[in-house]
Amino acid sequence: MHLFKLVVRNALRHRLRTALTVVGLAVAVLAYGLLQTVVDAWYAGAYAASNARLVTRNAISLVFSLPISYEARIRGVEGVTKVAHSNWFGGIYREPKNFFAQFAVSDNYLDLYSEFVLPEEQRIAYLRDRKGCLVGRQLADQFGLRVGDVLPLKGTIFPGTWEFVVRGIFDGSDRTKITRQMLFHWDYLNETLRKTAPRRADQVGVYVAGIDDPDNAAAISRAIDSLFRNSLAETLTETEQAFQLGFVAMSNQIIAAIQIVSYVVILIILAVMANTMAMSARERTAEYATLKAIGFGPGFLALLIVGESLAICAIGGGAGILLTAPAATVFKMAAGNIFPVFQVSPGTVAMQFACALAVGLAAAVIPAVRSARVRIVEGLRAIA
Amino acid sequence: MNAPLVEIRDLRKSYRRGGQIVPVLTGISLDIREGDFTALMGPSGSGKTTLLNLVAGIDKPDGGVLRVGGVDITALAEAELAEWRAANVGFIFQFYNLMPVLTAYENVELPLLLTALSRAERRERVALTLSMLGLADRMDHYPNELSGGQQQRVAIARAVIADPTLIVADEPTGDLDRNSAADVLSMMQRLNRELGKTLIMVTHDANAARAAKALVHLEKGELIGAPEPVAH
Repeated sequence: MHLFKLVVRNALRHRLRTALTVVGLAVAVLAYGLLQTVVDAWYAGAYAASNARLVTRNAISLVFSLPISYEARIRGVEGVTKVAHSNWFGGIYREPKNFFAQFAVSDNYLDLYSEFVLPEEQRIAYLRDRKGCLVGRQLADQFGLRVGDVLPLKGTIFPGTWEFVVRGIFDGSDRTKITRQMLFHWDYLNETLRKTAPRRADQVGVYVAGIDDPDNAAAISRAIDSLFRNSLAETLTETEQAFQLGFVAMSNQIIAAIQIVSYVVILIILAVMANTMAMSARERTAEYATLKAIGFGPGFLALLIVGESLAICAIGGGAGILLTAPAATVFKMAAGNIFPVFQVSPGTVAMQFACALAVGLAAAVIPAVRSARVRIVEGLRAIA
Repeated sequence: MNAPLVEIRDLRKSYRRGGQIVPVLTGISLDIREGDFTALMGPSGSGKTTLLNLVAGIDKPDGGVLRVGGVDITALAEAELAEWRAANVGFIFQFYNLMPVLTAYENVELPLLLTALSRAERRERVALTLSMLGLADRMDHYPNELSGGQQQRVAIARAVIADPTLIVADEPTGDLDRNSAADVLSMMQRLNRELGKTLIMVTHDANAARAAKALVHLEKGELIGAPEPVAH
């Protein structure tokens, strides 16, 4: 109790210094949390992707398509339960800055994505309307889209102006699911292409296959690819998660830089905190010497310093952790729709806590050892 | 005759300064008996504070014999020495050395935290000691809310609270005005006369030294003559 009292009162002795250190710690822990959340958001799509779904694409590049005739053969592979197909559309909604993903998909596409929840009546309405489309909740909220609205897109890969009618709005099964995309009938695209660009008709961007056992993903992938070996369009099949991570990997260096910066921030505050504790301990050398003269051991002095350091870090780190969630909300609003999912994960909070604890302990080590070792006679001379 | 409380024989101490060894005490021999109030006097650099520090167990001699209460404190390890100081020595410093973040009550209570006394026993003892020293109404004051004389009285209370065998005081009046100094010296005399405490005081103030029962003069690390009784 007396130790606790001394720790708290010592921590509050230089209120301005302690307050500035606490603010620095709070900002550092907050910055760390936000930067780690940016990294998490980057990977959110890949992490949300399933290992129970395989994506088959052209082995040369995603730019090249696959014949629609492959679907039946893929469906015949042992372990494959369902097969859907999709094409990246790449249209512009009003202005290029309004970018979002648009896919022309087979009608059974959503059967493979149980994480997208669509009311049954909207599903039926969508299936009945050749020009119908489905939009995710995040996308609908962003552009104020409602069921029945017309959604015009200017084609870039598929020229012309394409008009769709919003027939349904699907939600994610939880807050981590990204619902910032638009789906429409592949048949509508294909029929139009048959009229306008017949050579591009009956082509598929990727096949998505549901499998009965994720543990067999590698074997099934090999089986699918072996079907089309030495054909004009060889395939490359991988899990949906690996497929998504392939996209994320393109920005690996940026992510690495963000992660490095997040730890540099912690290192900087460690230096600040260590300086604060060193100054405090140096100023109190005579007090520590007096305590030793009275009979208190070096362990008690070390505990005083470590306790004070941890108390400051607990306040600063705690404030930083508490501010992270609201700051993330503000950050997401300010960042617009760059990050459809921007949530502070429990893992990030745990790392923030660990960083604050590590800073508290590391900053106290040298002052604690020095104070514990101080010779009483020399310590007493510090004020004499 | 009983054995002396403090037995010093051929005590030597030197410091290393700038690569040179500077002798501070060069073979001091002195006995201090229980109930004595001894003043160590001498010019700056004579070694009086070093001698006090050695007797109090906060510094180690280079050689010689140093027994306090029959214990050869030169043979004790650091942890043992800390325990020995907690049980046997009370300290009074020139600049009081109170913890600024603790109240007068809490400062005086500090040495008792190293004992097995209960909280209630500690409270009773601290309150009684502070009352004896005329600080009953200053218990909840922090050092910066007290005058120099009051702070030194708190320091005296801290020095005696654990009932030590020996009280050492290094220039206890050096930072006080004449009235406060007289007050502090009077209290030290009471501790000696009424409670039978053994005190060793370092001072260069002849007036302060006259409060003691005996004067010991040091010069250049050596005792000058035998302890000189003070007539009161």
